[in-house]
Amino acid sequence: MSVELTPDGTIADAVAALRAGDTSARELTDACLARIERDGARLNTFLAVDPDAARQAADEADAALARGEGADRPLLGIPYALKDIFVTRALDFDGRPLPGGFPTTAGSRILEGYRSPFPSSAEERLADAGAILLGKTNCDEFAMGSSNENSAYGPVRNPWDESTVPGGSSGGSSAAVAGGQAYFALGTDTGGSIRQPASLTGTVGLKPTYGRVSRWGMIAFASSLDQCGPFTRSVRDSAVVLGALAGHDPRDSTSVDTPVPDYVAGLTGDVRGLRLGVPREYFVPGMEPGVEAAVRAAIDVLRAEGAEIVDVSLPSTDRGLATYYIIAPAEASANLARFDGVRYGLSAGADELWENYTRTRGAGFGPEVKRRIMLGTYALSAGYYDAYYVKAQQVRTLIKDEFDEVLSSVDAILAPTSPTVAFKIGAKVDDPLAMYLNDACTLPVNIAGLPGISVPCGLSDGLPVGLQVIGRAFDEGTILRIADAYERVAGFGDLRPATARA
Amino acid sequence: MAISTRTQFETIIGIEVHAQLRTSSKMFCPCPTAPAEGQADEPNTRVCPVCMGMPGTLPVINRRAVELVMLTGLALNCRVEIDAVRFERKNYFYPDLPKGYQISQYALPLTSNGRLVVPVPAEGGEVTVGITRAHLEEDTARMQHAGRGYSVVDFNRAGVPLMEIVTEPDIRSPAQARAYGETLRELLRAIGASNADMEAGSMRIEGNVSLRPVGSTTFGTKVEVKNLNSFRSLERALEYEVARHAEALERGEPLVQETRGWDEENGRTIVQRSKEEANDYRYFPEPDLPPLRPSEAWVAELRAQVPELPAQRRLRYVNELGLSEYDAGVLTADAALAAYFDAVVEAGIAPKPAANWVTGEFSRLLNQRAADGLRADAVALGPGGLARLIGEIDAGRVSGTNAKTVLATAFETGEDPVAIVEREGLGQVSDGDAIGAEIEAVLAEFPSQVADYRSGKQQLFGFLVGQVMKRMAGRADARLVNQELRRRLDA
Repeated sequence: MSVELTPDGTIADAVAALRAGDTSARELTDACLARIERDGARLNTFLAVDPDAARQAADEADAALARGEGADRPLLGIPYALKDIFVTRALDFDGRPLPGGFPTTAGSRILEGYRSPFPSSAEERLADAGAILLGKTNCDEFAMGSSNENSAYGPVRNPWDESTVPGGSSGGSSAAVAGGQAYFALGTDTGGSIRQPASLTGTVGLKPTYGRVSRWGMIAFASSLDQCGPFTRSVRDSAVVLGALAGHDPRDSTSVDTPVPDYVAGLTGDVRGLRLGVPREYFVPGMEPGVEAAVRAAIDVLRAEGAEIVDVSLPSTDRGLATYYIIAPAEASANLARFDGVRYGLSAGADELWENYTRTRGAGFGPEVKRRIMLGTYALSAGYYDAYYVKAQQVRTLIKDEFDEVLSSVDAILAPTSPTVAFKIGAKVDDPLAMYLNDACTLPVNIAGLPGISVPCGLSDGLPVGLQVIGRAFDEGTILRIADAYERVAGFGDLRPATARA
Repeated sequence: MAISTRTQFETIIGIEVHAQLRTSSKMFCPCPTAPAEGQADEPNTRVCPVCMGMPGTLPVINRRAVELVMLTGLALNCRVEIDAVRFERKNYFYPDLPKGYQISQYALPLTSNGRLVVPVPAEGGEVTVGITRAHLEEDTARMQHAGRGYSVVDFNRAGVPLMEIVTEPDIRSPAQARAYGETLRELLRAIGASNADMEAGSMRIEGNVSLRPVGSTTFGTKVEVKNLNSFRSLERALEYEVARHAEALERGEPLVQETRGWDEENGRTIVQRSKEEANDYRYFPEPDLPPLRPSEAWVAELRAQVPELPAQRRLRYVNELGLSEYDAGVLTADAALAAYFDAVVEAGIAPKPAANWVTGEFSRLLNQRAADGLRADAVALGPGGLARLIGEIDAGRVSGTNAKTVLATAFETGEDPVAIVEREGLGQVSDGDAIGAEIEAVLAEFPSQVADYRSGKQQLFGFLVGQVMKRMAGRADARLVNQELRRRLDA
């Protein structure tokens, strides 16, 4: 390949070039590292990068490619980034630091410099598939946020407009993929934290069905809602990465043992005969007209391609936000209790046990994390449990049932991903409720445990808009097929921010 | 006039037991529950990221632990939940709790609603204690106050499977409470669910006690007693509390709902925590573990594994086999001895002689070897051998006295008792003609004694029997000698 090599293409093209000998894993890695070198600090996408380790892994990948191992390792030689919510092994068996191991912070002061003694399942599976880990991406603290402004390590900037947010909580991953700093990145999605930032950065973001991908090694925010998934620059790439991640893991009792189909083979480009539901409740008041126009146009494209579009109703949609903001904080209040300064992470130091707890957690957690711990603790407290937690679980069942009913008559649901395009950094930081409303279209999908994908469907005010496709449980194949078919004809697959063209 | 008021109150006691389950690995991770054979238990060596509560870890349920609780529940006549068994998070902060919550069970325990029949020797009779629930949870780490101002934590125990067994408030005296604890321990050991060793900490016990006026149906103020290191301390602590409550109630002083610790040395309880300080544990379903749905088949398989329990066995011995309460008690106190007895009966020996020999001479020999830890099932002479020996006695081919000699040898060597009888010439002559001939000889030899007997000196009968036995070197069937001699003398 020429010296003009830029890391803005797809995995599919890169794999083809690697197999053909037109490029090397080392070249792809160097191109990503160069982009990180150029833009990384400004955009604040990465919390840790290890160029030497990445180059070494790239050289090993090139050797493996030379041995012909590419055939059964679909990501061999492809550089990627991990949201810093995934632990990466950085200690050996005796607890000594491993050279080159990344710390894992979850975007929090309380885990500053923390080194995990074991890797996440996602990292292991991607390593088996041959992918090269570049580094750990910035994110909202413990994945709590919709703008990446809740990171203890500063906000991430959106490569499309550096005065705007990249979405959250997986903002570092979305910005890294949009800005050509990695071929793909992993995020986690508890209420929209993959799909919403994908929408705001013009990337493809997939949240698989709850139970499809192991949560082992993902630092838990809300255990019954968390799922991990990829950011990519094409739907096909999303299918490739999902294929590498999916499957049962005995270490995660909530991961489901169902066969993993060949997602790439299912991308037929054909949506004829599919019934696609458009829920009227998802076109909410306050939605930006440009967003609505882009999503409606995308629906028309799919109709023109032969899909049958039907109006459907999910009446409890507006209860989703309240339900989510009881269940997720309740689980988080317990999940974050382990950060107590006793065994690892920040320990403020005090003469007395309780003082050490309050000082450590007071200094270690940011305001949004504290707010959610308090919300969750309150919702679980004696005297309030039935009115909040139990009621929320009942509404959760209702929301699930409504999705099940609609999805028994349609093959998938089409909706906006986010009601707005990327907003200015600082615009919503003082108004948590306005921030929470960003996820109104994505969090019901987590509540129901269903798969959802966001695919770019044009620009509004020069910023990307995402179309969300929601499917039946464990039917990622159908939403990938719909998103891919749309991407092929809509022509937004090549949308790139100015940084990529520079 | 002074009236004894103590009898005006009824004592109400409930018991909570924590028993460490006999599993090789911890509740939610593969770490061993005990150090390897011959290894010292160095602090923080049996730990992993899961039981240390490291970020990113998830629990996986230990199947054997679930089985042992179901087995216990079945032995306690509990209902075993098969629809939806849930684990819940019990939230509180303490350095011995690595995750900041303990995975336990709350709303939907594995087993519930059972009962245990408890013999109470101190009171005579028995009491039926309702079992509220038996559920599964993980143990905490062990805290040690290391010196002034700081403590150290050993996580080896963190995540070890524990079973919590809670009774209904059915116990009416400290003696019954103690008997319940002892009977439960016996049961847990019999089914192999726990070593149930209070000294080693594999069984921990707490009591709830309150008093109410006799005839009242509402409960009085309840006090929880902890720090009980033996069944004796349980009984003593409860006795202390009963007296303390009675005194307060008599004086019209209010009691406080609180947790008190037993001070063994000074024989009293001390306040540990009042209800106002009680934690709100904020239980909620553990999202990392889907509801467990034990299949009917699994439960049936376990039900078939529940062995006959000591209390049932005792009832069977008395009601069906006609043994005395005493013999039944001696036999069932030792499961191996009871099994040995069952096998002797199985081999065709009537229960009473079988019980006489097993609790008598056999147990005497066994006790002599108690220091070696010899159990009935490891004695060289199997139950079939003892049954053959008892059969020989019944048939009159060996005397009771000689049988004891034979048993003493066979007990050690395992040799067939019949072979010993033959080799040692210890067989018994039961031939009426042979005995008759010897009797005639004695009558001829001692005519004056015969005459004296016939004129009323009855005590000479024994002398004459002795002479016959002497002539036959002790091998004559004593019963036959008696019978034949009397017939001839009284003729």
